[in-house]
Amino acid sequence: MIIQGLAFYLFAAIAVVSGAMVISARNPVHSVLFLILAFFNAAALFVLMGAEFLAFILVIVYVGAVAVLFLFVVMMLDIDFVELREGFLRYLPFGALIGLILLVELLLVIGAWLVVPDGAAVTQAPAPPPDSGISNTEAIGLLLYTDYALAFQLAGLILLVAMIGAIVLTLRQRPVRRQRIADQVNRRPEDVLVVRSIDRGEGV
Amino acid sequence: MSFINRTARSLLLSELVSGMALTFKTMFKPKVTLNYPYEKGPLSPRFRGEHALRRYANGEERCIACKLCEAICPAQAITIEAEARDDGSRRTTRYDIDMTKCIYCGFCQEACPVDAIVEGPNFEFASETREELYYNKDKLLANGDRWESQIAQNIASDAPYR
Amino acid sequence: MTLWADIVWPTVVIVATIMLIVMPLLGAVAYLTYAERKIMGAMQLRQGPMTVGPFGLLQPMADGVKMMAKEVIIPSGANRVVFLIAPMITFFLSLVAWAVIPFDEGWVLADINVGILYLFAISSLGVYGIVMAGWASNSRYAFLGGLRSAAQMVSYEVSIGFVIITVLLCVGSLNLSDVVLAQQTVWFVVPLFPMFVVFFVSALAETNRAPFDLPEGESEIVGGFMVEYSAMTYALFFLGEYANMILMSGMITILFLGGWLPPVDVAPLNWIPGIVWFAAKVAGCLFIFIWVRATFPRYRYDQLMRLGWKVFLPFSLFWVVLTAGVLVAFDWLPD
Repeated sequence: MIIQGLAFYLFAAIAVVSGAMVISARNPVHSVLFLILAFFNAAALFVLMGAEFLAFILVIVYVGAVAVLFLFVVMMLDIDFVELREGFLRYLPFGALIGLILLVELLLVIGAWLVVPDGAAVTQAPAPPPDSGISNTEAIGLLLYTDYALAFQLAGLILLVAMIGAIVLTLRQRPVRRQRIADQVNRRPEDVLVVRSIDRGEGV
Repeated sequence: MSFINRTARSLLLSELVSGMALTFKTMFKPKVTLNYPYEKGPLSPRFRGEHALRRYANGEERCIACKLCEAICPAQAITIEAEARDDGSRRTTRYDIDMTKCIYCGFCQEACPVDAIVEGPNFEFASETREELYYNKDKLLANGDRWESQIAQNIASDAPYR
Repeated sequence: MTLWADIVWPTVVIVATIMLIVMPLLGAVAYLTYAERKIMGAMQLRQGPMTVGPFGLLQPMADGVKMMAKEVIIPSGANRVVFLIAPMITFFLSLVAWAVIPFDEGWVLADINVGILYLFAISSLGVYGIVMAGWASNSRYAFLGGLRSAAQMVSYEVSIGFVIITVLLCVGSLNLSDVVLAQQTVWFVVPLFPMFVVFFVSALAETNRAPFDLPEGESEIVGGFMVEYSAMTYALFFLGEYANMILMSGMITILFLGGWLPPVDVAPLNWIPGIVWFAAKVAGCLFIFIWVRATFPRYRYDQLMRLGWKVFLPFSLFWVVLTAGVLVAFDWLPD
């Protein structure tokens, strides 16, 4: 138990610190790297809670795919640090406002938990009893495809729309002759090549 | 029909598989490379390698300092100085070849009337300094002594074609 | 007493087990480089290494000593911390993945419930070492290599994911030992052969092996992300890359070739211990890795992307649906 507690505080502390570093690091690439570290520690916290499926999905989806694309884009940015600092004061009120709203919301959530200690249980899905032999992977699946099937499908649909939207916005038809690999691969020597023996002085 | 044929071909990756079969078959063929420092390839008798000055069987050096090799050398790598020896015969006092200049054209051995300067079968004379490649008469004569048997054999086997 | 029994002794056992896995693994990596040079030599009618030791058998040792004796050079414009962390990440990730690989019945360091997800997660992290190396080197070639690697690995992970889902549909568990035990009647390579091919090709792309070695691309971007690395930093990339190859072969073995199981459960075959079967299958996969490298030229980058997104993705998606449909229709779903 002591080791688990220590591990929790270790991962939580690293997650919080790297979260802070994400917004305070000068170099955006460092920001993304700290973001990845934060994801990792969040995954470790999931593991500590026994939710190993969620932990690995977090790593696969966020660290393995989303953050790679972040890094990909951020690495290619041409950053002028002077220009970056110029905008700081101008956007400070906005940022402060949004931060404040988030803080208030967080406080409300925590406050509600303090006022009504068992209120959270109402919104929670019933967890399967620990001795039922159902792993948490199965439990998530059972819940996701029964009670929350509609929400799950809707989320998928929204992502699909977003994806199609991105493609529509960026797709341009250029008048370029494109390579058609299938045609090239399907071209056989016997279709296009004839070997003939020609008598001397006869021509074709 | 040709459509089915083509589709089957591309789905079964026939071209990739045939390529892999080729490399697999190649794997069991005899190697074409030699394990070089331990195995060496055959050399032609006409191979033009490191230079050597030859001697007659009685130990007298062949070179008579006619300087034809010096004259014909396109890279001007050969330097010869000559004097009459005590017994009155004309011999070189200096016979230098700058191996860094030499282009191994073999004109010197063609020009030589007494088969004194020859290019032997040795090609492993790389050195770590340039100075080692400025050959003098002693070095060339030593080469001749060292490689004489092979050089003589090469000249004999090439003789019918000259 | 409890301190000894509860904390120290288990730690010692775990560390010993880890050593028992890592040491043979590093030996295998060393001799994989030797095997690669020998096999490719044979396929190109060459002899390969012959000088150090009998038949060049000590060549990996000589290379290792050389790597350690050399000097680590850090370019002046490089981001020092990231530059040094990148090879460590690559090497570390290629080793930690082995924690969940079952070598034989019960021979596994951590028999976790979601072993296959763990493997998938670790293999998808492999890109970070390369991207960080490419960025931190502050060199154009390295940067191009890093970018190529990022796009390539993300693309092929998608089809790897679908292949894994197909296998999981047939198994009904995410535990790797269960995956192997589900193949007792027939190895999955037989019913799922097209998925096996897709997985193998994606594994080539995921490990940056020829014909998908564009991040390295020694003939165009002179070594890509590794261009600024030298000595041990380079050696870590090298070891990591080859350990990843072995890991991918292990994954193929577990998912499709029945892990430690003999081909048929009859007398002379099931006398051989499972670890031998496992090693033999991994070695077979590695041979194909090398064989492919000796056979095919490198892909062009747009063709690589086309293959990943326009061929493998729809194809593997189709097979997921087909497999699910067949399993439901014939009521073959595992419980």
